[in-house]
This record gives sequence, structure tokens and C-alpha cells, in this order.
Amino acid sequence: MEDAARILQLVVNGAASGCIYGLIALGFVLIYKATEMVNFAQGDVMMLGGFVAFSLIANFHLPYWVGGILAILITAAFGYALDALVLRRVIGQPQFAVVMLTLGLGFIFRAAAGITWGYDSVGFNTPFTNKTANIGGLVLGEDNLSIIIGTVLLCGVLYLFFSKTRVGVAMQAASQNQLAAYYMGIPVRTIFSLIWAISAGVACLAGILLSPVSMIDVNMGFLGIKAFAAAVIGGFGSIPGSLIGGVIVGIVEQFAGYKLPAGFQEVTSNVVLLLMLFIRPQGLFAERMGKRV
Amino acid sequence: MILFQAEDLSVRFGGIRAVDSVSFDVRQGEVFSIIGPNGAGKTTIFNLISRIYSSTSGRLIFEGKEFTRTPAYQIAGLGIARTFQNIELFPNATLLQNLLIGRHCHSRVGFASELMFLPSVRKAELRHRERVEDVIAFLGLERHRESLIANLPYGVRKVVELGRALCIQPKLLLLDEPSSGLNVEETEGMGFWIEDIKKDLGITVIMVEHDMSLVNQVSDRVMALNYGKVLAMGTPREVQSHPEVVKAYLGGEVENAA
Amino acid sequence: MRYLFRTQYQQDIALWRHNGDRFWYGLLAVLVLVAPALLGEFYIGELGAVFIFAIAGVGLMLLVGYTGLISLGHAAFLGIGAYVNAVLLAQGVPFLVTLPLAGLFTALCGAAIGRPTLRMSGLYLAIATLAFGSIVGTIFQKWTAVTGGFDGFAVPTPYVFGIAIEGATGIYYVSLVVLAFVLWVSANLLRSPTGRAMVAIRDSEVSAQSMGIHLARYKTMAFAISAGMTGLAGALFAHYVRYLAPDAFDVLLSVQFVTIVFVGGLGSLRGAILGAMFVRLLPQFIAVVRDDLPFGIGRLPGLEPSLFGLVLVFVILFQPGGLNGMWLKTKHWFQTFPFKRQTSFRRQKTYAKSERLR
Repeated sequence: MEDAARILQLVVNGAASGCIYGLIALGFVLIYKATEMVNFAQGDVMMLGGFVAFSLIANFHLPYWVGGILAILITAAFGYALDALVLRRVIGQPQFAVVMLTLGLGFIFRAAAGITWGYDSVGFNTPFTNKTANIGGLVLGEDNLSIIIGTVLLCGVLYLFFSKTRVGVAMQAASQNQLAAYYMGIPVRTIFSLIWAISAGVACLAGILLSPVSMIDVNMGFLGIKAFAAAVIGGFGSIPGSLIGGVIVGIVEQFAGYKLPAGFQEVTSNVVLLLMLFIRPQGLFAERMGKRV
Repeated sequence: MILFQAEDLSVRFGGIRAVDSVSFDVRQGEVFSIIGPNGAGKTTIFNLISRIYSSTSGRLIFEGKEFTRTPAYQIAGLGIARTFQNIELFPNATLLQNLLIGRHCHSRVGFASELMFLPSVRKAELRHRERVEDVIAFLGLERHRESLIANLPYGVRKVVELGRALCIQPKLLLLDEPSSGLNVEETEGMGFWIEDIKKDLGITVIMVEHDMSLVNQVSDRVMALNYGKVLAMGTPREVQSHPEVVKAYLGGEVENAA
Repeated sequence: MRYLFRTQYQQDIALWRHNGDRFWYGLLAVLVLVAPALLGEFYIGELGAVFIFAIAGVGLMLLVGYTGLISLGHAAFLGIGAYVNAVLLAQGVPFLVTLPLAGLFTALCGAAIGRPTLRMSGLYLAIATLAFGSIVGTIFQKWTAVTGGFDGFAVPTPYVFGIAIEGATGIYYVSLVVLAFVLWVSANLLRSPTGRAMVAIRDSEVSAQSMGIHLARYKTMAFAISAGMTGLAGALFAHYVRYLAPDAFDVLLSVQFVTIVFVGGLGSLRGAILGAMFVRLLPQFIAVVRDDLPFGIGRLPGLEPSLFGLVLVFVILFQPGGLNGMWLKTKHWFQTFPFKRQTSFRRQKTYAKSERLR
């Protein structure tokens, strides 16, 4: 019985950290679907978002909800500016140039955050910190539950946004065929910047949801590397796929930490990633792609 | 003599039959044109022949040997060269390098000897260079020899791509819209080259083309496609006056269109 | 402006284009050979490190700059080369055997990891190599029986023909010889069919395939050569640091290697060397000016990586030719003086080219 409880605990913890990976991966996938770029600085955007939230809530003493929403908006605006000012310039350059550009941006973000907020770990109080919920005799941390619930809610919002709003549908159109969307009068460049904004906002949300579980620090952006595993499992083009991939990675990682000697937990996501690429590179939810001539 | 045959060739993308049991054969030394409205499956047939796509069913036969499942990189070695609709040259290499890459399927030097650039490699390189210079002279590209492709005008690039295909020394040449993007004068020049390729070099040509005057000028036989199906085959005149073809182009009602 | 009058095809495949090339590169060779007599121990050590990074840089240039594939895991190959060399030396195998073995073994590792990953698009390759690098880094740390774990690994002194390769000067000359070899091999490769096949793959995979180029084979080959050269650099790196710590081969080092290639200038062997100079000398430069910078900027802990980041971003946005491109532009300015045109090096507008099949 204790074993079963232990396992359930691992699954919940795994699902919670998996949701974070999934949210970061969601950011990759949104941008990738639209622009065929991959933002290697996505994890660092999450770090920036976390720090912004920290400043608003801990330094300016805003209530959690207000501060959180404001932080998401600020980070989204930052994402918009990032695309409009920097990434738009490299459209049409080889893919690896974009990879290096975003990697370089990640370094800059890290240094900027270090200068602004220092190199120590920080945290802020959330309504979920150090609380537990008792569900059917099961004691679960509210912090973990809040991550899972937050992720599910966000998915619902994104689903409604992409299927019901004009802008959302325009985004889908622009992702599927830029030229056709442009001819239909959709302002493709603005749309792409908006997608970057959404992606940055999602990253900020991930940072806020993560904050009760782990502290915010300059190097938390390295979580982004784990999120790649999530995105690849999901097939790098599928939004639910990346979330499921994230949860898979999170749970596998928890069990690896439970069963394997210390230190190996950190690389499990990478091993899963490589195995996935070798066995089924198109991901679990594949879309067949090839170049058109 | 029949050089190339496509037997009952079909390919499906999802639910769409892009090419639907198409059969045709191309005789040694002729220019065979494929015409049809946009989306008729012309380029798809080329992609099937160069094995970029795999056919869902049907057979491809070249010089009596089937190559339906041969990997794409071995097609050039068989003696089939192609050009692309929107030009797929190597833009950050010089014209000379582009043409030399066309010689790749004839290169037989070992990797270790390349690393040391042994005399055998040098000799092979000089031999390739002579073949490439023949093509440069044939197409009159001397002036651009050292230019990067990215710096060349579109019309010239189109000729370079033809040249690169010729460097393969193919028996069968697939030209995907050789005149697209060219002005009238350049198109006429392209027509003369295709005739020279047929007569002087003895290369059989399959051509996808929209420009009817070019088709009439050079083709021996024409095949018209629509919705992946063969509408008509025959001399240029026969095909153009065929009622199904007229309907397809003028947008009239065709019963089996779906 | 120099106009070359060519009468033979031979002239187009020669390593040196004209006597001017021969003269300047000869002069450079002489300078580099006598440098240990002129410069102090510290500078020779640093120059040796530049050579080692340049070897890895040339390897990565073949992969990124000529084949158009990216690797964010080359630090792992450097580490594999370093450990293979050091472990074999400790077993008593002579240096003249361990050095090539280190290169060969790393090349095999490269082929093994490259073959399955290269079926995927460039993006996946970047992610896969990133994962590979971090797995290998963990193996270095955990496989204490071989690597000594965090205690490190003292690298034995190598002997060449009975002469001990000791001190900065010894490593300097060995690295110089290896760098010259690597450059020669690369230049040969680039004027051969394989080099052209690599360029073809970089510029258009579909049409490379239609030209008879076996994509998987040439990509694997490029990856293996690149890894092998990095392995050679790793073997020398082991002697340069003398004490191998397992955490030296992390993602940041991999990013530094790719920075060599980008800052140096894609698609140029000269660029790999210029880039290596930049990457090795920037930290030294920061160390020198650290205390003189205003507002305590010099004492900020993240200064070095952020400067790398800034330079990388700047190069990709505004100077895609890198240092080599700047050199070419300067040369062009003087050669055509005073007629340089504003548009001479202006890039053509680029458009998004989808790699998707609709």
C-alpha cells in the first residue's frame, strides 16, 4: 500500500514537472509551426518571466493574481518585441543561424537577469506554497496540483483562442500557408510577432507556476533543454503532443530519480530524447513533412 | 526503340490521387512533352521518375530495367538527369562548382586518396573539368564561369541548371518548365538548345511545359494530363485539338473530373 | 585588383592561387615557427591553445560551414579524444599511436551518432547533438574507473622519437603540425568530389540527391571527419590542460566551438582560424581590461558568456560573413579604392523557404 502511494506520488510529481516541460515545449512548437524557427532561448524567456513576476509580487507587493497576469503581459510584450526587432531579420537564413542566434540571445538574457536580479535563487509567496490537499485520502501538494490545473486551463484557453477567435484562426492559417494567408489579407508579420508574444506569455506562466516548487534563478532556463525531449516526443508540430510528451518525460524522470543512482536523473530526458529520435524521429503524433520542389 | 516506360503509375497523397494510372513510353531520341493545367500532376510524374516520391503502384522501366524502387541518389547514375521548376542550384557555389557537382556520379576516386589529393584524383579532376568546359562552351556560359550562382540573373541560372544536368551526360533528360520565368527571347534560345540537345547530343528529353509555342517548336509527341489522368497523347497538333484537352484548358465540363 | 591569367585547368585546383599567396603564407609559416624564440612562455601557451581550438574549428567548419549541418555536442568529441589519448598514454602506448587513434576513435563515435540523427532536419540534429553532449558529459563524470571522476586525471607526458613534449613550446609545435595537417587535408577534401558533395548538400539536398549524391553517406562522412578532427584537438587539449577534469566538456564549450565557426565566417577555412583566435583571446582580453572598465562592469560574473552571446547575435544579424567576411571587404575596399560601391556586399533579400511538404 505504501508502495502504491509512493508510486502515485511520483506520478503526480512527474506530471507536474512534465507540465512545465510541456508548457516550454508548447512555446517551441507554437513558434516552430508558424515560422519554422526554434527558439533555443525559450527556457530563458521563462526565467525572465519568473523574475518579472518575482519583482511585481515580492518587490512591488502586488497580489499574486494581479502580479502574475501583469508579468505574463509584460513577458508577452517582450516576446513581441523580440520577434519584431530581432528574429524578423533572419527570416530566410539557414535554420542553424536561427539556432545560434537564439542561443546567443539566451546568453544575453541570462547575463541581463544576473545583472538585474542577482545570481541568488529567489522565490515569492503563492497561494499554493507549502499547502497540501487531501483528495480521497491522498495527500498531494497544492503546488503540484496548481501546475497541473493551470496547464489544463491554459490549454482550454489556447484551444478556444485558436478555434474561435479571428486572430487565432488567422494564426492557424498563417502557420499552414504563409503566402496564401498573406494573399487573404492576413498581416502575416504581425501575426508571427503575436505568436512570439503568446509563446513568451506561456513561458512566463510556466515560470510562475513553477515558482512554488523550485526557486527562480538565472540558470533555470536550462530546463528548456528537457523541454526539447517533450517537443520531440510530441512530434514538434503538435500542441497536445508536446504536453503529453512533457508529462511522459516528467514521469520517466521521477522514476529514474527513484530507481537509479544520483546524478542520472538529470540525463534521463536526454536519453529519452535520443531514443525517440533513433526509433521514431517523427514523434508520437507525426505529421509527414518533406521539402516541396 | 523504347528508352523509358511508365506502366500504370499512380501516387496518392492522403486522399488525393495526384497521378492516376498513367502509362506512357518514350522512344530513344525524341522530345516528349507533358502538358496540362496547374495541379495536373506533371511535376509529380518527374518527382516519381527521379524517385523523390515513391509511387503507390505501377512500374518505371529504363532501358529495359525496372527502377521503381531504386534509391533517388542512384537515378543520376542510371543516366537520368533533371532540372527543377523553381531552380534548385547550389547558390553559394560558383557556376563551375555547380557544373562539377553534375559530374559527381562519374567520380570513382577513393576517400583516402581525396584527403591526400593523390595524382589519380588530380587526373580525374582535370578530366571532369574538360567535360564541364565542353558544356560551358555548348551553352556559352564562359563569361560567368567564376560567378556565384546567387549573383547571376534568373535567365542565366535557368541555363546553368540545364548545363548541370548535361554534365551528368544523361541518356534521358527531364526538363521541368524550362521556359518558366524566361522572356520571349530567352525562351526561343531555350528551344534551340533543346533541339540541339536532341540532334547533336542524341539525348532523349521529357519536358513539362506551359508555353505552347515552345512545345510545338520542339516536341515530337505530347501527353496531356488533367487531375492526374492522361487526357490525350499524340503529335502536338493532335493533342491540342483533342476535345478533352480543350475542355480542360477552357474550364468546360468534364464528366470524370473529381 | 589582381587579374589572374590562366592557361591551364591545373591552376584552378592548385592550393595557392598565385605567388602572392605563396609569399604571404610562407612568411606567416616562418613567423609562427620562430615565435617561441620571440614570445614569452605565457603567450606561446595561449597561441598553442588557439591552434588546438583552430583544429576543432576547422573540423566544425567542414560540418557547419561546408555541409550545412550543425552540432551542439562537439565538446563531447573533444572530451572523447582527450580521454582516449590520455588513457592509452597511461597504458604505455606511444604518443604517435595514441594521437591518431584518438582521432580515429572519435571519428567512429561521430559516425555512430551521426548515422541515425542525420536522417532528420537540421533542427533535430542540433537538439540531438545537444542531448548527446550532455549524456557524454555525464558519462565522463560517472565513469570514475576510467576518468577518475571529479578528482580528475593527470595526463602523462608524451614522447615523440624519445623527446619529451613538455611545456608550452612542446605542445605549441605539436599543435602547429597537427593544425597544418588538418588544414591540408581539409583543403584537399574541398577541391575533391566529396567536398563539392558537401557544399551541394548544404545548398540543396533535393538537387544534390538528383546529382547522384548519397545524402546519408556524405553527411555521416562529414560528421565523422568533423568529429575526428575535434578528437585530435581533444588529444592535444589533454596535454595543454595537463589535468583532465570531467566537467570541462560541457554545453558551453560546444557553443564556444560553434561560435568559432560563426564569428570566423561560415564556409572558409581561414575563418575557422580567425574564429579560434577570437574565442581564445576574448577571455584573455577581458582579464586584462577587467579592472579598468567603468562602473564595475568588469567584475560582473556573467560578463564573458554574455559577451559571447552579444558577439554571436551581432555577427548573425549584421555581419554574416564573420571575421573572414570583414577581411574580404577590407581587401575589396583597398583593391578597388576609391570605387567601392555601397551595394558590393549588400545581401540579397531573403525569403522564408519552407522545408515542409505543404
